[in-house]
Amino acid sequence: MRRFLFPLVVFIVLAGFLAAGLRLNPREVPSPLIGKPVPNFRLVQLHTSDKFIAPEDLRGKVWLLNVWASWCVSCRQEHPVLIELDRQKRITIIGLNYKDERSAAINWLQQHGGDPYLVSAVDADGRVGIDFGVYGVPETFLIDKNGVIRYKHIGPVTAEVLKAKILPLADELSRG
Amino acid sequence: MSMASNAWLLKSALVLRRSLLVLLLIPGLQQALAADGMAKPVGEPVIEARVNKLAEELRCLTCMGQSIADSQSSFSSDMKREIRDMIRAGKNDREIMDFMVQRYGDFVLYRPPVKSTTWLLWGGPFLILILSLIFLMLKLKKRAGQTAAELTATEHQEAVRLLGKREGDHS
Repeated sequence: MRRFLFPLVVFIVLAGFLAAGLRLNPREVPSPLIGKPVPNFRLVQLHTSDKFIAPEDLRGKVWLLNVWASWCVSCRQEHPVLIELDRQKRITIIGLNYKDERSAAINWLQQHGGDPYLVSAVDADGRVGIDFGVYGVPETFLIDKNGVIRYKHIGPVTAEVLKAKILPLADELSRG
Repeated sequence: MSMASNAWLLKSALVLRRSLLVLLLIPGLQQALAADGMAKPVGEPVIEARVNKLAEELRCLTCMGQSIADSQSSFSSDMKREIRDMIRAGKNDREIMDFMVQRYGDFVLYRPPVKSTTWLLWGGPFLILILSLIFLMLKLKKRAGQTAAELTATEHQEAVRLLGKREGDHS
């Protein structure tokens, strides 16, 4: 009986590791930018190409930076969620239109139920995206009043993620 | 006399030149020279070779199990463009890797640094090796204490019969 015990224990430990590994999403890489100041940028705005947007314009506000593109399929999934969030006026949403064409981006917003963003910044060559460690669109960053990144969500934002993680943290940051 | 010393000088100059060339072939030295900015990369092939060498060390985060050098994805081509621009700007390999780690974390490196969060990753295999060796030694020690049981006469006869009466069969 005892000779089976050792292999059994080894098997259970190994199976435990593998089971935990299966539940992890390999696409979710923890960002080293959490707790760091938001990377600086100064980009033209999507709708008014003679105006710029920079993080210092948002100092004193808790805001979301949502990386999106008209070619991004999962962005369609999160778009209604962002529109609903904008309707509630609970938080400022800034878009980062990533490696996109201006006309395609503007059309996409019209076709998909509207524009939830206060402003969208045009990152045509994806350079600012790299500074944010963007590798899969959509990605969403929560930034506090002092311009520090507090949370990053990879993949489409869902109502559950907003309710469970992003909005409670945003409320806490607004109070503090 | 002067002819002989001239020939000797020429010969030693040739030997010296050859050994300097050999030194240049040592990759580590080349790297050290490049890092010091003494041997600035010249021309596109040199830059591309460095881009590729660095890209081999970086993980493509959008494609599972591929390096940036192997991948054709737009993420990888952006990364390569970024590396290329940094090389042109005179950044050394260390600065380029740090740039990537600052944005994408240690996960972007195929060879993560040894630190408190990664010691199990680096030490794990050796730990398993040592544990298995200890296990094996204990097993062998235990086995050495046991002796094979002697066969009785009837068992021996039975064994001979089963083995096809080989014993004494010389034909």
